[in-house]
Amino acid sequence: MIKIEVDMNQCQNYGQCVFEAPDNFKLNDDDELEYVAEAPDSERDNIEAAVDVCPMQAIRIVE
Amino acid sequence: MSGANPSAPVVIVGAAMGGLRAAESLRRSGYTGAIRVVGEELHAPYNRPPLSKEVLATDVTHEAVAFPSRAEMGDVEWMLGVRASTVDLEARTLTTDDGQVQPWRALVIATGLRARRLDFRPIAGRHVVRSLDDAMALRAELTAGARVVVVGSGFLGCELSATASKLGCSVTVVTPSVEPMIRPLGSLVGQEMRRRLNVEGVEIFTGVTVAAINGGTSVESVELSDGRVVPADVVIESVGSDCNIEWLEGTGLDMGDGVLADNAMRAVTTEGVALDDVYVVGDIARFPNPMFDDVPRRIEHWNIPTDTGKRAGAVLAAHLADDGSFDDVVAKPFAPMPSFWSNQFEIKLQAYGLLGLVTDDDVRILEGDLADQVAVGYYRDDRLVGVLGIGMKAALLPYRKQIAEGGV
Repeated sequence: MIKIEVDMNQCQNYGQCVFEAPDNFKLNDDDELEYVAEAPDSERDNIEAAVDVCPMQAIRIVE
Repeated sequence: MSGANPSAPVVIVGAAMGGLRAAESLRRSGYTGAIRVVGEELHAPYNRPPLSKEVLATDVTHEAVAFPSRAEMGDVEWMLGVRASTVDLEARTLTTDDGQVQPWRALVIATGLRARRLDFRPIAGRHVVRSLDDAMALRAELTAGARVVVVGSGFLGCELSATASKLGCSVTVVTPSVEPMIRPLGSLVGQEMRRRLNVEGVEIFTGVTVAAINGGTSVESVELSDGRVVPADVVIESVGSDCNIEWLEGTGLDMGDGVLADNAMRAVTTEGVALDDVYVVGDIARFPNPMFDDVPRRIEHWNIPTDTGKRAGAVLAAHLADDGSFDDVVAKPFAPMPSFWSNQFEIKLQAYGLLGLVTDDDVRILEGDLADQVAVGYYRDDRLVGVLGIGMKAALLPYRKQIAEGGV
């Protein structure tokens, strides 16, 4: 499993991660990010892409 | 190609986000050979958006904005503080300003842009914000009560105005435009942004240029083209940027605006030939995006270095692998979604698509209220090509999908 951490103080809810890894990230109706902190290893490319597209650099994979 | 030296490294010129992503992508796409990244700045790649905000407002250092280094990048060689002087595409060599001549197996052009300067004499108090060092130099001068003149009203100029104002400076924006941010946003939203910035206390003089910067050893005032004189301790020049292409002179690449690339991010010559071993990524790349049409454009949005870097790395890795996959990889359409955002005071803008493709008469309010939260659509020939939200985020997502799917 891949463990994901989002610094919610950094996060500005831009939702870029939602497109790269929709199984783990979504914007709720209040425009706030919700995420699932674990992903199967098969999702690694998508999670890394989500890390790359976060303008705030708020997403981290915990190794 | 017969002249290729397989033991020479892939040389990436430019050590910012685009160069970094190209190197990562080469590794992820299976290229295991040598990679060397040559960069002019002494800093390892870092994230630029905080430069106009957090870096000015707090004690943010390089460590806080640096991109994390990934395991697969462990054996990438970084040559920092070195500038490319010339390149020879025939001999496959790069010459740097320290006199070294380096052979390369393939070349990635990722030298990006530099801040344009106003044509006045050097004087203490004049600043630009493009690099981390620029932002740190400016930070020391943005003390409460300082009189700041920002020249230019693009996103960067407006963000810098907001940050300086929040730090207690008195801020005047000077711009030849009729509204701030008008080129990307159009006049409807530009006018509303002017209103909002005025409410926050930022004064905006439109339709004027700078005639002179007055002072002795440091800036004392800025003289405008209409004769007004604005007292100033600090002048921030945010008047656009120029492509770092001088080192490519004489290569025969198409450098009409930046460097022309095809949809595989291969560099294209003035004769229209796409080179399999020379790639262009980031702000400097002028490439066609089939999401909109076949017109090559440079797109100066934050996500483009990442998207083009990944694309170039994947195509180049297939070329170097020489396993028959190259044609398929090249033929796969590459249609990155341009996206940008801007934070000014509590105003949060976010956009998808290419808003600048649209003439003003086809900008429509989709949801909400312009003076509050709003989603604005940008149409070209009745097709949605851009969407902007002020304070709206989740509501933009269906429109983003619509743009990606052809806009109808």
